[in-house]
Amino acid sequence: MPVFWLSLLIVAVAAVGFVLARGRALAAVDGDRRHLHSLPNYYGWNAALKVLTPAFALLFVWLIVQPIWMNTQIAGALPDTAVSEDSTLALVMSDVRRVADGLDLAVAQGIISETNAAAIEAGATDVRGVLAQAGVALGSDVDPTVLAAAQSYRSLSGVGDAAMTVAVLLLALAGMGWALRQTTAEFRARNVVEQGVRAMLLFAASIAILTTVGIVFSLIFNTVEFFRIYPASDFFGSLTWSPSFGGGSELGIWPLLWGTLYISLIALLVAVPIGLFAAIYLSEYAGSKVRAFAKPTLELLAGIPTIVYGLFALLTVGPLLLSAFGRDGLNWMQAGTAVMTAGLVMGIMLIPFVSSLSDDIINAVPQAMRDGSYGLGATQSETIRQVVIPAALPGIVGAILLAASRAIGETMIVVLGAGAAARLSLNPFEAMTTVTAKIVSQLTGDADFASPEALVAFALGMTLFIITLGLNVLALSIVRKYREQYE
Amino acid sequence: MSDASLAPAASPRARRSLMETDAHTAKRNAAEKRFRLYGVAAICAGLFFLVVLLTSILGNGLSAFQQTFITTQVFLDPAKLDKAGNRDPDDIRKVSTFGYTPLIQNAVFEEVTSRNIETPLDSAKDMKALISASAAAQVRDFVIANPDRIGETVEFRILAASRVDGYLKDRVFREDVARDKNIDAEHLDLTDALVSAGVIAKQFNTSFIFGSDASESRAESAGLGVSMLGSFFMMLVVLVLALPIGVAASIYLEEFAPQNRFTDLIEVNISNLAAVPSIVFGILGLAVFIQFAHLPQSAPIVGGLVLTLMTLPTIIISTRASLKSVPPSIRDAALGVGASKMQAVFHHVLPLAMPGILTGTIIGLAQALGETAPLLLIGMVGYIATNYPDGFVSGFMDPNSAMPAQIYEWAKRADPAYYERAWGGIIILLVFLLTMNLIAILLRRRFERRW
Amino acid sequence: MYDAPLTRREAAVDDVKISARDVQVFYGDNHAIKDVDVDIQDKTVTAFIGPSGCGKSTFLRCLNRMNDTIDICRVEGRITIDGDDIYDKRVDPVQLRAKVGMVFQKPNPFPKSIYDNVAYGPKIHGMAKNKAELDEIVERALRRGAIWDEVKDRLHAPGTGLSGGQQQRLCIARAVATEPEVLLMDEPCSALDPIATAQVEELIDELRQTYSVVIVTHSMQQAARVSQKTAFFHLGHLVEFGETGQIFTNPEDKRTESYITGRIG
Repeated sequence: MPVFWLSLLIVAVAAVGFVLARGRALAAVDGDRRHLHSLPNYYGWNAALKVLTPAFALLFVWLIVQPIWMNTQIAGALPDTAVSEDSTLALVMSDVRRVADGLDLAVAQGIISETNAAAIEAGATDVRGVLAQAGVALGSDVDPTVLAAAQSYRSLSGVGDAAMTVAVLLLALAGMGWALRQTTAEFRARNVVEQGVRAMLLFAASIAILTTVGIVFSLIFNTVEFFRIYPASDFFGSLTWSPSFGGGSELGIWPLLWGTLYISLIALLVAVPIGLFAAIYLSEYAGSKVRAFAKPTLELLAGIPTIVYGLFALLTVGPLLLSAFGRDGLNWMQAGTAVMTAGLVMGIMLIPFVSSLSDDIINAVPQAMRDGSYGLGATQSETIRQVVIPAALPGIVGAILLAASRAIGETMIVVLGAGAAARLSLNPFEAMTTVTAKIVSQLTGDADFASPEALVAFALGMTLFIITLGLNVLALSIVRKYREQYE
Repeated sequence: MSDASLAPAASPRARRSLMETDAHTAKRNAAEKRFRLYGVAAICAGLFFLVVLLTSILGNGLSAFQQTFITTQVFLDPAKLDKAGNRDPDDIRKVSTFGYTPLIQNAVFEEVTSRNIETPLDSAKDMKALISASAAAQVRDFVIANPDRIGETVEFRILAASRVDGYLKDRVFREDVARDKNIDAEHLDLTDALVSAGVIAKQFNTSFIFGSDASESRAESAGLGVSMLGSFFMMLVVLVLALPIGVAASIYLEEFAPQNRFTDLIEVNISNLAAVPSIVFGILGLAVFIQFAHLPQSAPIVGGLVLTLMTLPTIIISTRASLKSVPPSIRDAALGVGASKMQAVFHHVLPLAMPGILTGTIIGLAQALGETAPLLLIGMVGYIATNYPDGFVSGFMDPNSAMPAQIYEWAKRADPAYYERAWGGIIILLVFLLTMNLIAILLRRRFERRW
Repeated sequence: MYDAPLTRREAAVDDVKISARDVQVFYGDNHAIKDVDVDIQDKTVTAFIGPSGCGKSTFLRCLNRMNDTIDICRVEGRITIDGDDIYDKRVDPVQLRAKVGMVFQKPNPFPKSIYDNVAYGPKIHGMAKNKAELDEIVERALRRGAIWDEVKDRLHAPGTGLSGGQQQRLCIARAVATEPEVLLMDEPCSALDPIATAQVEELIDELRQTYSVVIVTHSMQQAARVSQKTAFFHLGHLVEFGETGQIFTNPEDKRTESYITGRIG
């Protein structure tokens, strides 16, 4: 692992730089540190930072750029015949990479020599056998053009790696030299180091933005790719969802959106009344003992992972509902997985979410409001219904919107509890499916990554992201406005 | 300026004694009671759901920690296991598990005949339905490790077949076996007899906790150990990345950030990322780490990276809260003796905020440990985690599963024997989460400081 | 009215509305009110004065059982209104508070319209048969609160949009709308500017004709201006109670004198 050793080498250079710069600073004042501008260690850190930052930045960029550059080089050199009708350039390139990696492994394990690996020809040697020996299984014999490409890939990447090592190390040494030149008694090492640390803190904070950018780009690129091979008008206009991996799929989003919204609606119908009344009881009625017990106990429900709820839906609630509404009961239900099952369980999951948010919001209503109402002879429930709740209403609406966004984005419960059939139906005891469940099933199947059946997951993800983002922004702004009102 | 002349109307309720409740007030008090009752009902409903959830976890899952074993004396026949007779490990290795199966069947049949148990099953081959398919591998591994014991009769505790296990745990019933091609009623009779003879018994199942996953048809030998390691390596990645990045970001935002658009942008991003559905992070991981950066699929390092990004907002929010709770007087004191702002923060504020930061980090880790959806997309599901990683690096880079992903995988398999495993896996997962939360609570109690 | 000599001001009516005997209040372990005996007369303004933390507000809140809303608070002794013990088990605090209205230190209009603020009490007590009657009650209350002219054109604007003094008069109007017999006021002017204070004080003097008013104040001048009777509280004890004129000109107790002359407070 050359990158690993290279990183270690950079760190070693930094350590040397630290020691040298610290020593040089002390030497400049004949060992009397009182004459230095900063503490001696700051001169060392200055050198270390000037080694580490540029070297690792270059390494990082190089690691990203080199494969892209090599791909274009190799792909350009491939003869047109290498890409046959039933495959794509991407597939051929992944073959090339696999063969190249296999050859690397074979050389590393001593199965063939380095010169042999560069020289073997597909006809002369059993390349597939050699690679299998190294632990790389290939689906078919190696095509001569692919082998040739793989060999040039290896030589190119060898050159690239060597160049990278040299460039990065040179940069590290240059950084060290620069820092050493700077190191004099008057040099404001602490200020420079603190500037550097501050920049690093800023970078850490910017990772949040990078994450969002990463999400948006990974959604956009693949969504655009999807709409290139599948018309957007069909995606948003069709009422049928029937992917078939042989092609000719109908990928209308409406059945999925309907399932998502229907399940979320049922979840909210369960969670909002229970959560709201629980919050009211806990904040207005319950004594301190009841509150100390019931609040954390209810919040246990929030700490339970969603996979547990998924299993609960699939194996407990589903069969339970089936025994009441299934063939032996009212005969409304065909199987345990249904909108009702998932909605009910999701509602249970959301109870603590709604209750703790509403609890906070109800507690933010000033006591003076309640006193005013009690002073007029209102009962507690009249005070709550006519004064506290209306005052807290914006905050509660915000909390419900946040809960709705949670419900729409929830995955595990619907994957396990809602079923797989996409349909537009009003019967809550039928199986339906959701946007999130279909993202999972389209991306975990055996579909070719470039097919519309797989790429549609990104368009679904984009839809999901936009809906939840909109709900969150709306909810957060409502809640913030509400809080400002009483601060 | 006021109309004092406007005398109050003679109230019909005036001068009524307080001692008697009028009808209107009685009605209002009834409404009050009803309203209060709704509150109690809501709390009870919440607690009821919790109890149902926990009982169904414990009721269905505890049995996974018990497994049915057959204790039997297996004769390690040299004629079958070492035809050459030279105890050469390479030759012994050549004998596949098929060579061992008859030996085990004979051994179990011997237990039956030696106890004079009456059964219509009169050949060793009929014992097949009682014995797990993985028993042969267990005996083979023993022989390869101890070639010198060939020729002896050794006592083994081998796994019983999943159906036998199910029968002992009331999962498989006599009414059902007629349609089951894996086992017959005669086998169940024999099982009953062997149980009373002490040959078949349920024992604590360590291999469920520490073992590896098994294929679809061998539910009895599936364990959570390997995926536990996968989760462990992911959590390591999350801890090593999310804690420093989260703390650095919080320090910047809380202590250094100027009031400008860029800071606002960061803040908005953090609060929105905290509410982005986890599946979207899975898409990010798939597109960026696997599609673009060519990191290996199903590897804990990718899972760890995705979970890091997911956990960051949680850690940042709690870290900022604990930085905020350090009073400004501490900063002023440090600045007052001539420390730079950076020194004030790193020498004084950060150490004081550390307990709060660690509490938040542990809670963030617990959240990440239970997260499943993003792992589905980066291929940690569907992978059968049968091999322990060879070392530290391969722990990160080799394909593996994770605890919640393994549970999901089991829940999807057709054999109901796997449901028990899934519930049992949930118990283990919850034990981990509970421990982490307890540590967080203790940490908070121990170091909580009121200014 | 302000120029009448203090000594000659007397209570208009002499019948006792509220009578407290041997009242003790505890906040957990803290003994906040000790052995308080007092008779509050009808159609009189009675002022409670004393240094902050002396228990005057606590005692005021006992008179309509507002302390019931605080879990750790315990009241002993006997408080009667028109002879009925208000801490009797049969007494519904809801009915009691309809009879003993309260105005608070900080104006606390509900986040509703001006109309709904005033109509709230009459509605929950079922005082109006129909909308017209309710309108009438609201108008009468707002007139008695001396704010009708200022708000009559914007009855459906939010009550929180009024100025501080207007808000407090709205709260007084809200309190009188339920037609109480006693009106408790807990430092009603402490959050107001001098002009608004003068308006509210004038209003209090008018309210005296119909109600028994009890006002807690930390301003001795205010007590002197608006009240006929004054009670001086110190460290949970009722030190002295009597005619306002007498308390201010010729106090019997040393502590009262020290307070009035500004040596404790």
